Amino acid sequence: MPASAATVLDALGDARRRNILDCLLDGPLAVGVLAERLPISRPAVSQHLRVLKEAELVIEAVAGTRHLYRINPAGFEAVRGYFEQFWTSALDNFAALARAEAATRTSPDGVSGSEREEQRDEP
Amino acid sequence: MSPESSTEIVVERAVRVPLPPDKAFALFTERMTEWWPPEHSIGTSAIAAVVMEPHAGGRWFERGTDGNECQWGRVARWDPPGDLVLLWQIGANWTFDPDLETEVEISFNPDTAGGTRVELRHRHLERYGDQAEAMRAAFDSPGGWTATLTQYADLAT
Repeated sequence: MPASAATVLDALGDARRRNILDCLLDGPLAVGVLAERLPISRPAVSQHLRVLKEAELVIEAVAGTRHLYRINPAGFEAVRGYFEQFWTSALDNFAALARAEAATRTSPDGVSGSEREEQRDEP
Repeated sequence: MSPESSTEIVVERAVRVPLPPDKAFALFTERMTEWWPPEHSIGTSAIAAVVMEPHAGGRWFERGTDGNECQWGRVARWDPPGDLVLLWQIGANWTFDPDLETEVEISFNPDTAGGTRVELRHRHLERYGDQAEAMRAAFDSPGGWTATLTQYADLAT
């Protein structure tokens, strides 16, 4: 189950957190390494990682004595899901209209009365 | 996922239509009113028309049955019959936000059967991160996005 879209968007709303995600795209990293690469303190990195973890955008893995953080691609699903559903619905409508349009085209060169024949729903 | 922006969120969808690319492009751009999901309106009244000005820089807007126009974004690239890029500037809760720019790239590619494969990529959705608060209000409102997301989550799990 993905985290709520609002939690994900809150987490992404901070430029530093987006920087952290950028760093993690190359592979899992420890807090200390992130703090070296970014102009923020180690406690600040930890705080941002906590928010990202709660949003399920990163996953913490323990490797021996080290705690590594990595991207969790599934965490982005809430935002993506909304738009996937929207565009699926919109393109389905578009394809249905195109099929109706194709059915009204009577000549192979595409010159037909389809523009006139097509019913328009304008008020 | 595009390599140029590493934390980019993209939605990709494709559909095949039985029209050649030029006809598909025209149908997509000139008759959006007829296929746009009508509940996705940001105006003060129902959608009377969805209008896209046919050139780069053109406006993309809805006109309501009350005559009011609400901008949705702009045409970033107008290159018929193959390519269209729209800037989608509809923010949280379906309001126009000039500071928000997400991109909708649509390509129309001929297939061997005389039809067209329409590929749509809605890019830079991560930019919604800047308006998390407004999004939260939208999610929590009755009929907001929560129901849609819940439905999606059920499908995805």
